[in-house]
Amino acid sequence: MSEYKSGSNLEKILKAGHFAFTGECGPPLGANVEHLKEKAGHLKGCVDAVNVTDNQTAVVRMSSWAASLVLLQEGLEPNFQMVCRDRNRLAIQSDILGVYSHGIKNMLCLSGDHQRFGNHPEAKNVFDIDSMQLIHTVKTMRDEGTFLNGQDIDGPPELFIGAASNPFAEPFEFRVHRLAKKIAVGADFIQTQCIYNMDRFREFMKRAVDMGLHEKCFILAGVTPMKSVGMARYMAKQVPGMDVPASLIKRLQGAGKGKVAGEGIKFAVEQIEEFKEMEGVAGVHLMAIEWEHRVPEISKLAGMLPRPKV
Amino acid sequence: MSDNFKPKIVAFYCSNCASSAANVADGMNKVLPENIKMVQVPCTGRLEILHLLKPFEEGADGVYVAGCQEDSCQYVTGITKATKRVAHVKKILEQLDIAPERIDIFNLSAGRGQAFVDVASEMNDRIKELGPLLSE
Amino acid sequence: MIVAEQKPITEILEMVKEFTKILVLGCKGCVTVCNVGGSKEAAILASTLKIATRKTNKKIEVAAHTLERQCDPEYVDEVKDRIDDYDAVISIACGVGPQFLSERYPSARIFPGVNTKFMGGAVEHGMWSERCAGCGTCVIHHFGGLCPISRCSKSLLNGPCGGSSNGKCEISKDVDCIWDMIVKKMTELGRLEELLEFVPPKSWITARDGGPRRLIREELVI
Repeated sequence: MSEYKSGSNLEKILKAGHFAFTGECGPPLGANVEHLKEKAGHLKGCVDAVNVTDNQTAVVRMSSWAASLVLLQEGLEPNFQMVCRDRNRLAIQSDILGVYSHGIKNMLCLSGDHQRFGNHPEAKNVFDIDSMQLIHTVKTMRDEGTFLNGQDIDGPPELFIGAASNPFAEPFEFRVHRLAKKIAVGADFIQTQCIYNMDRFREFMKRAVDMGLHEKCFILAGVTPMKSVGMARYMAKQVPGMDVPASLIKRLQGAGKGKVAGEGIKFAVEQIEEFKEMEGVAGVHLMAIEWEHRVPEISKLAGMLPRPKV
Repeated sequence: MSDNFKPKIVAFYCSNCASSAANVADGMNKVLPENIKMVQVPCTGRLEILHLLKPFEEGADGVYVAGCQEDSCQYVTGITKATKRVAHVKKILEQLDIAPERIDIFNLSAGRGQAFVDVASEMNDRIKELGPLLSE
Repeated sequence: MIVAEQKPITEILEMVKEFTKILVLGCKGCVTVCNVGGSKEAAILASTLKIATRKTNKKIEVAAHTLERQCDPEYVDEVKDRIDDYDAVISIACGVGPQFLSERYPSARIFPGVNTKFMGGAVEHGMWSERCAGCGTCVIHHFGGLCPISRCSKSLLNGPCGGSSNGKCEISKDVDCIWDMIVKKMTELGRLEELLEFVPPKSWITARDGGPRRLIREELVI
């Protein structure tokens, strides 16, 4: 019996005790995959696996599974994402089998932003199951080899199961319990929402470590480099569940014209250095959406290169 | 809009501030336009949406409500309620493609006899300007 | 109660523009309680329709009548002798009313005068809030008496999601995050561990997802 659940690159790296480094990529707003391939090119060799978002912010893009296949073809390991907003349990189980059969090994289970946010707000809501139940579904299919109704699967999907955690959403005290619940239900690895408030995150990790969660599951800290003061302000005010300290905004303002992006990267690199030493943190998830061309630079500055081979 | 147009206006006025004002006006020998039908109510808060619509249904060209100031309504919230209902009727009129200015509400004080008369003249002039309801 | 909202008057006028004898039918049930379809509102709508014709110079006849309920055949029957006097009927009851009327009076032109919204209650005078989505399997007692199916935008059973902010749902500041309320309440009640138990996928068979529903009470059927 293999010691690996999926044998994916990400799983191997984490289980070997290396500090993992994952990236992210958004699928195209159409069937044209040229830009997607370009982004993949920047990320190749810099990260262990790449998240492929699923109609993120409820804006219709190419499906995560399809874009994930493109990434596979380009020689990268995708972290296929599925949200609960758009599919019922039939389509969910169906797609899980489909992606696995094509060589996808990592899957992230998410709730999904409500469609009211997105570009098709009149759509019917699905949410047949929630993200917790989705984790449980994938685990059932993988470890029990059955569908949700108990029927046997001819060729169970051996996926490495991921989930998201937002240490900054409310109610704050409950977030670590929710993380524990996701792990208990079957999450193999967790990626957090992007972190800016380091104090609060340290507190969160302390609680997670106290509960022994880091021993049951690999926790990756989310990092999104700030490109501009405008971006920092926007995230502070408009994005739910985001905690951007005023001190960071001040720091970015103080960098001077034309130097803000550089300062943002500096802060991100400092964060990564701290995460490397932080107890319970098994890696970093870098979300540099539409900034993929800066990932090689960030990876280098943060001492992430070369990526380990297991 | 001929000069001969005599608008049919219905005015609802409360038996407190507005009524006192009316009495003062009377004492000053002020004359109100005869095309305005005056209807006294215990409090403008008693006016329902239907009361405000009925005059229009039955041929009025304009309707107005005269009551107390917001902070000195005898029955405390009467004028506030009346104000909301008048606003609602304005919306109905708009949806019917009828000028919402054909209905309005005024806050008077007990001793302001001249104001009572002025309000009547204002509505009279306004409705004359707008013309008969049919012509819109 | 079932909460409804009046259709815009322009829409109602458009519906009945070719008709000259209109009956407005109100209901003394839920729609009276939420001030949209009772006898008052029936009179207001009738008056509004008549005022509308002052602009068009059309001659119309409008009557208003309010039934005890429009969801019981015996009350719907009450208008059988007068309904043929009209060429259009506007029902301002909830969605059930115009349908029951249509079934009982197949040749009558029945129009819905309101948009039925949700099952809810009054939270303030003039304000109603959704409480029940009719999922068919009530489990509010597991969530401190609060319903995550109807009140969570994502109907999460293992909530909250990461979008909850200052006790509000990510979709709007006007929507409370019910999971924030559930966690707080269960904490106050000393029952937080119950929320750590995994709630498995819900069966939606008893909800509208399972198809149009019917309920038969054998002990009541004659």
